[in-house]
Amino acid sequence: MVSLHSYLILSAILFSIGTIGVLIRRNAIVIFMCVEMMLNSVNLTFIALSKHLGNVDGQIFVFFVMTVAAAEAAVGLALMIAFYKNRESIDVEDVKLMKL
Amino acid sequence: METIAIPAINFAPIMPEVILSIFAMVLLLVNVFVPSEHKAYLGYLSLVGLIVAGFTLIGGWGVPLSAFNDSVVRDNFSIFFKGIFLLTVGMSILISDQYFKREECNLGELYPLLLFATVGMMLMASGTDLMTIFLGLEVLSVSLYILAGFNRANVKSNEAGLKYFLLGAFSTGFLLYGMALTYGATGTTRVVKIAEYVSQNGVVAQNPMFVIGMLLMAVGFSFKIAAAPFHMWTPDVYEGAPTPMTAFMSAGPKAAGFAAFMRVAIIAFPSLKADWSDLLWILAVLTMTIGNLIALNQDNIKRMLAYSSIAHAGYALVGFTAGNAEGTAGILFYMLSYAFMNIGAFAIIVLVGKKGEANNNVMDYAGFGTKHPVLALAMAVFLFSLAGMPPTAGFIGKFYLFSGAIKAGYVWLAIIGVLNSAASVYYYLRVMVYMYMKDPVEEFDWMKLTPAVAICIIIAVVGVLLPGVVPAFLLNLAQQAVLL
Repeated sequence: MVSLHSYLILSAILFSIGTIGVLIRRNAIVIFMCVEMMLNSVNLTFIALSKHLGNVDGQIFVFFVMTVAAAEAAVGLALMIAFYKNRESIDVEDVKLMKL
Repeated sequence: METIAIPAINFAPIMPEVILSIFAMVLLLVNVFVPSEHKAYLGYLSLVGLIVAGFTLIGGWGVPLSAFNDSVVRDNFSIFFKGIFLLTVGMSILISDQYFKREECNLGELYPLLLFATVGMMLMASGTDLMTIFLGLEVLSVSLYILAGFNRANVKSNEAGLKYFLLGAFSTGFLLYGMALTYGATGTTRVVKIAEYVSQNGVVAQNPMFVIGMLLMAVGFSFKIAAAPFHMWTPDVYEGAPTPMTAFMSAGPKAAGFAAFMRVAIIAFPSLKADWSDLLWILAVLTMTIGNLIALNQDNIKRMLAYSSIAHAGYALVGFTAGNAEGTAGILFYMLSYAFMNIGAFAIIVLVGKKGEANNNVMDYAGFGTKHPVLALAMAVFLFSLAGMPPTAGFIGKFYLFSGAIKAGYVWLAIIGVLNSAASVYYYLRVMVYMYMKDPVEEFDWMKLTPAVAICIIIAVVGVLLPGVVPAFLLNLAQQAVLL
């Protein structure tokens, strides 16, 4: 039996890896994958807590998060393609037309 | 495991959302059959949808009603905010057609997307369950990512969309993690039940899971309302997005963010008010100061207004910090008047701009006052209101926000707010100096005042001046709508 604690620590680690990935990676698609990882670590938190509390709200929340993540992926990849068509790159270093 | 009780279905509280969703889906279908030079008709159709939704909205005033197992509520608070959203979207639609025709990306998808964004904002304002609030926020955000990058051929618009998307999705992660941890600590996602749990189990306030959850949610919401230090996306997105969409983004989603943030903070965590007030105090001061200071040396007028919108979020946070009836009523009033003055200013920017987002610098307004005295006067009214000078709605709103802060004992916060407001006069007046005191460089002969834009500007001028002179009616409404 894996304890609630282990699940929460695992999801916190995954969330941190995702956050760090967003901050240090330069490829827009990799950044987006890191964001997805953050969302999935949240899903893991929800499910572990839902099981622990004996309350289904958390599991329902996970369905919504997955749906939203799918919609976000569709929109995000479309935006990246639009950017790529104009700039031939999806490196966020190239997203710099507007600066202070 | 408990079983899921299927709640009785009562559509009355979400009638405006239902109507707008149906309109949006119908428009998506109709769009296929409308030739590209007549896309404006889709705009008029969506205006009809907004008006119908508005009528169903008014009927609910003063009759609170909750539905779907208490996950949405129709109360005066949400109705007031929904009114702001309808107005914001309506005015943005009025200025859209001319702009998108000029930019040659007159695509019909614009209007359904705007309506879906409105549905999202409305769910944020009326959601009383973290799940509903999250869904509303995402419906809004996903539509907004597309709207920011709507002008596919323009690189700046691409950048705005991509940047908004990456940072928005990033911040959603924080918000969600906060919600998950709060759920874990309190065992529920209902906002009211969280409050019940916290008041019955005071020790939860020491539970690190709960505290981190609350903080992460605050981070997520701060991002959405563009509060410093989570404001970095704002200037780039506002500058790059198509101008009518910038107008929409700066007024509507910001108000929606405040609605959700206030609902969660005031209803779910009332017993921890002292803690989150301290947090908001810091946010308010940072947001006002950073917004105003950086706005001082901006040449691009859209970017300048982006920083100004950060500063305005800071003023609203002052009322939020106060947390009393006066401060929160001030936020409602201010969000409404901010919609009028900001979209009015953006309507003028749409008119003055040229194809390819050109002519958007403050210097390009040289001599505008002599060439187009009436439009320049309207712009002056909007800028005066943004700067918070009487007799405009901006002044009354700021007055209420700051007096709420003083009544709650935050005298220093009010002083910092007033000083900031004084500093902001510089960059608003700079535009006026160019309009009235410089010799015209250009003839402004490309400008074409279409009836739709004229109507938008008239609504904005009336909306700025009327509450500025006789504020009682709107203030009464705002006071009836506060959550406390």
